Order: sequence, then structure tokens, then C-alpha cells
Amino acid sequence: MINFELNQEQKEIHEMAMKFARQDMIPNSAEYDQKSEMPMQILEKAWSLGLVNTCIPTSFGGTGFSTMDSMIITEALAYGCLGMNTAIMANDLAILPIVIGGSEEQKERFLKPFTESYKIAAFCLTEPSNGSDAAGIKTTIKDAGDHWVINGQKMWITNAGYADLFTLYGTMDPALKHKGICAVVIEKGAEGIEIGAPEKKMGHCCSDTRSVTFKDVKIPKENMLGKPGDGWKIAMKTLDHSRPMVASSAVGGAQCALDYALAYAKERVQFGKPISGHQSIQFMLAEMAMKVESSRLLVQKSAWLIDCGQSNTKLASMAKAYASDAFMQVATDAVQIYGGYGYSKEYPVEKLMRDAKLIQIYEGTSQIQRLVIAKEILA
Amino acid sequence: MNIFVCVKQVPDTETKITPNGDGTFIETSSIKWIMNPYDEFAVEQALLLKAAAAGSTVTVVRVGSVQDTEALRTALAMGADEAILVEAEDNLDSYMISKALKGAIEKSDKSADIIFSGKQAIDDDCLQVPQLVAQMLDMPSVTVVVGFEHADGKTSLKREVEGGTIEVYDVSGPVMVACNKGLNTPRYASLPGIMKAKRKPLQQLSLGDVGVSADDRRLKYSGFQLPPEKPPGKKFEAMEEGAQAGVVAEVVGLLRSEAKVI
Repeated sequence: MINFELNQEQKEIHEMAMKFARQDMIPNSAEYDQKSEMPMQILEKAWSLGLVNTCIPTSFGGTGFSTMDSMIITEALAYGCLGMNTAIMANDLAILPIVIGGSEEQKERFLKPFTESYKIAAFCLTEPSNGSDAAGIKTTIKDAGDHWVINGQKMWITNAGYADLFTLYGTMDPALKHKGICAVVIEKGAEGIEIGAPEKKMGHCCSDTRSVTFKDVKIPKENMLGKPGDGWKIAMKTLDHSRPMVASSAVGGAQCALDYALAYAKERVQFGKPISGHQSIQFMLAEMAMKVESSRLLVQKSAWLIDCGQSNTKLASMAKAYASDAFMQVATDAVQIYGGYGYSKEYPVEKLMRDAKLIQIYEGTSQIQRLVIAKEILA
Repeated sequence: MNIFVCVKQVPDTETKITPNGDGTFIETSSIKWIMNPYDEFAVEQALLLKAAAAGSTVTVVRVGSVQDTEALRTALAMGADEAILVEAEDNLDSYMISKALKGAIEKSDKSADIIFSGKQAIDDDCLQVPQLVAQMLDMPSVTVVVGFEHADGKTSLKREVEGGTIEVYDVSGPVMVACNKGLNTPRYASLPGIMKAKRKPLQQLSLGDVGVSADDRRLKYSGFQLPPEKPPGKKFEAMEEGAQAGVVAEVVGLLRSEAKVI
């Protein structure tokens, strides 16, 4: 039976997360954006309320949310601030490979501490010369008898400067392509980790983005997730979870842009009436509302598939591509409706437009998502 | 300690209120309900007291419709231990609600050491229930409370009066405390709290169970209607050189003859 209504508990989760977004995130988002500073107090508060690391199962001290629940939380947090949400979501992205591919012992060792205090994790896949072509990664993981040795550079790593833990993808041998890829966990303080300077970005400014270089970093054998060569499989499964999540953040941002545009259109008077009374603006608002609604439905279906134990690769990519493109359009139109004010940093919509752009790029560009969809429907 | 909190569920402050079809009450079907904001201070104070006094329990009590139990669920998610819902229409008067709350508290087999509530509900603004409940239970009540301390069975309460003056009350024994803004900062219901709330006991009673009948009604609503729409304001053009004097005379004339304020 199809049911589009959230259950009682999900409604409460949504309300609580939206309350946090409205009271703790929105009033501070412009300030941290302009300072390009991680809002540690806000992030810690989010953690203490259970809004961070939603993917950790109850058996390891987590909240045990369904994928659908996580989507609801992410949408609300992104409504509050895309940059803060990126810092929060990056934790999930980095610990998901452990949830998916880790042994019980590894989960106990790595996940538990994240439920005991606010800890930060970073997901290290992209490299300076390998983004979309993720299977071509050059970072090496060499077997040195009783430990692994990591060498290579990772790029655009969210949370890098604050991370307690890095989940890294490397290769045993680049010639093996997908089959040589391994996932390992590296803890903060390991010798040979060099953290780069913070990147200056267009949007998501309060999130921390840096390059990380690994020079002969030694890690224990028991820090590899799965067997050597399991990395690609783990990465793909991680993306099935994380793409709907990123898509959900696009829905949150787009909903926020739509809400601002609606409120402003009802207030702003031109030619003797609020601009919401002009058909040209009504068409724009209606188009924006359609995009938000359809994006959310795709996100929820892709999350629902996971919760039902079904494959969601196609839907996850559809959700990610559609919702992020929709967010870009909705945010651009919100700026358009605000007119000159929309272009000013004094008003909230220009930040949303800057923040929207990144969603079309990270976690697989909109173009890569289309390749995935095409591969799925042509198979 | 047995700590009780009386909570009310009220329409969200952003809800557009309209009378129902026959004008006998407000239309409740489309309302988004929240816990009365003043009651959040009451729940928070109860939880703070519970944390300070080992072995205490916090029981939240509400009288109202069963369709949406937002206020009780919020209180449980914030950390209250159990809840009692006295099922009733949303249009009871203050006397009936107070009698039902009293009945529910007495029926719980716990003798109340302290009862908290908000100082008023933001929907009907009657400001009667805390005083009535206290009277019915034969205990003192202190309202508009902005400071709370409790030690060795003694409660010290700060009460805000006109002009910002603070009265201080020292009470021994059970007391009804009606909380005002400024007393504390209510906590969020955390997500683990929301998950746990589902498993906490929620006892459901009828009005009959707590000794309230239709005869207890003291206040009958004769009708609900929206206030008349305000007529649009008048605009006077006075930008042109020399026009101001004429406009001033016109405005003063209208203030005298139409608005009758001078």
C-alpha cells in the first residue's frame, strides 16, 4: 500500500530538526559563512541532540534511524544552513563505509566513540587528478607485513582540519582498476598525515575543506574494511546511501529558497500590488514549488528502497541529479524574485544560490549521475 | 518527589484561527498543535528539579482531545517519565479543566509534592487554571514565577509583579507553581528522547473517570466570530512644495471629526 504520510515519530523528528534549524542555524548562518569558520558550538549542540551520525546502528550506541529518517533530518538541517549541514553530513559519509563494510570489532572500535562525544570524520576519495573517474585513484596502500603503508594525496576533503578519523580509499595496484581498491580507517595523529590550508570556496563557506597528503602513513592491518579489493564495492554501497542524503540536502535548500521567495513576493509591491499578484511571478513560484515537491518524492523513494532492502542505485542517482539541478534553478529564481536585493549579501537568497552550486558537483556531478542512470536503464 | 506538570495543547502561533461552521467554537481540524509555550518552562523546571532530587518522577497531565497528543509527547521526549491524558473536547472552560486535572492527579496514586504549569495558555488567555487547581487540591499557589529554588522540602519562589518588582515567597510543603518566561531555557526534545518517548506510559482517562460531568460547566460560549476587518488607512500626499499646510489642516480635521481622538 502506498502511503505518502510520515509516521508520527517521523513528524516529531522533522519538527525537532526544523526547530533546531530555525533557532540555532538560520540566525547564525550568514555570520559563519562570512567568517568561513566552522561553527563548533552549533555542531556540538546538533550532536548532543542526536542530529549527527544518524547512520550508526543502536547496537553501537547510535539512534538506529531508518534511511528515511536520516533524509528527514538532513532536509531540515540543510534548510537551516547548507554549509553546517555539509559538516554534519560529511561525518555520515565517512562513517557509512564502516557501518557498511566494517567488522563487529571495527564498528565497536570506530563507531562507539562517535556516540560518546562529538567527533569529526572525513571521507577521503577524491584526488587532485581523480574526481569523477574515482576508480582511477592513485593513492597506494601497500602491504608491509604487519601493517599497511599509505601514500598519496586527497583533495576537497570536508572536515579535514578537524577530523578525528579519516576513511580513505586507495589502491593496491592502479593496474587492477576497481578490483585493486581498498578502504581503510586512519586515526588522527598517525605520522605522515599533512593537512593542507583551508580552501577558499564559493559556498558552504563555514564547512572545512582541505587537501590531505599521506606520506608513508603506517596503519594497523585491522584498520582495513573488508578484504583487500573490497573498497570499490563498499564505496558504491556508501554512495547508494549518501546520494539520497545529498539530494535531501538539496530539497532542504530549495524549500528554504522557495519559502523566502514566497514571503518576499507577498511583501514586495510593484505597480500597485504585491508582486505575488503578477502572473509572471506566480509562474516562477509554481515552477519552484513543483521542483521542490518532485525532488522530495524522488529522495523519499530512493530512501524507501534502501529501507525495503532493495537496490536503489538508479533512484539514488535520479534523486541526486534531479534535486541538485532543481535546487540550483530554484535558488537562482529566488534571487531573481528578490531582484536587486537578491544579489545583496544583506539578504539570504544569494548564499543559497552559492550553496546550491556545490550540490551539483559533490558526491558525483549531475553528469555522472546521468551516466549511472543511463547505465542502469540500458542494462 | 512526585512532580506533576499540567500542560495544555494550543494552536501554533502561526495558525490562522477561524470560527467553525456554526460559530460555536474555533475550527480545530486544520490546526497545528503545540505545547503551550509557558508550559515548556514548567516542564523544564520539573526536569531540573527531578535531576536535583534523586528518585523523583515527573508526570505530565493534560485535558483535551485525543486526536493529537503533541504536548504530552513533547514533554515525554524532553524527559518526563509518564503522562496522563484526560480525554475531552477542546472547548472545556477553566473550571472543568481544573477539576479534571485535580481528579487525574488524585487518581494517579501519587501525592503531588510540587505541581508546575505555565502561568497562562496563549490561546484563551484565561489565567485561571493554576489557581483553581491549587484551590481544589487545597495547596498554595504562586503564579508568574521567574525564580525557583527547592531544598529540604522548602520552596523559594520569585514572582514578577507590575513594574518589574520581584516578590519572594517561601513555601513549605506542596505548592502549585505557575511559570513565566525567564524562569529557565526549555531544552529541546532530543532525537533519542523522541525515540524513548514512545515506550513511556501514557494513561488515558475519561472525564467521568476523574469526576467531571457536563454540569460542571461554568462558562458557556455564545458564539465565535472574527473581529471586523479594519478599514484601510488614509494616505495624504504632501510632497509638493506648499501642499503641507493644507494636508496638516486636513489631517487635524479628520482626527477631530472622524477618528475623534482630539
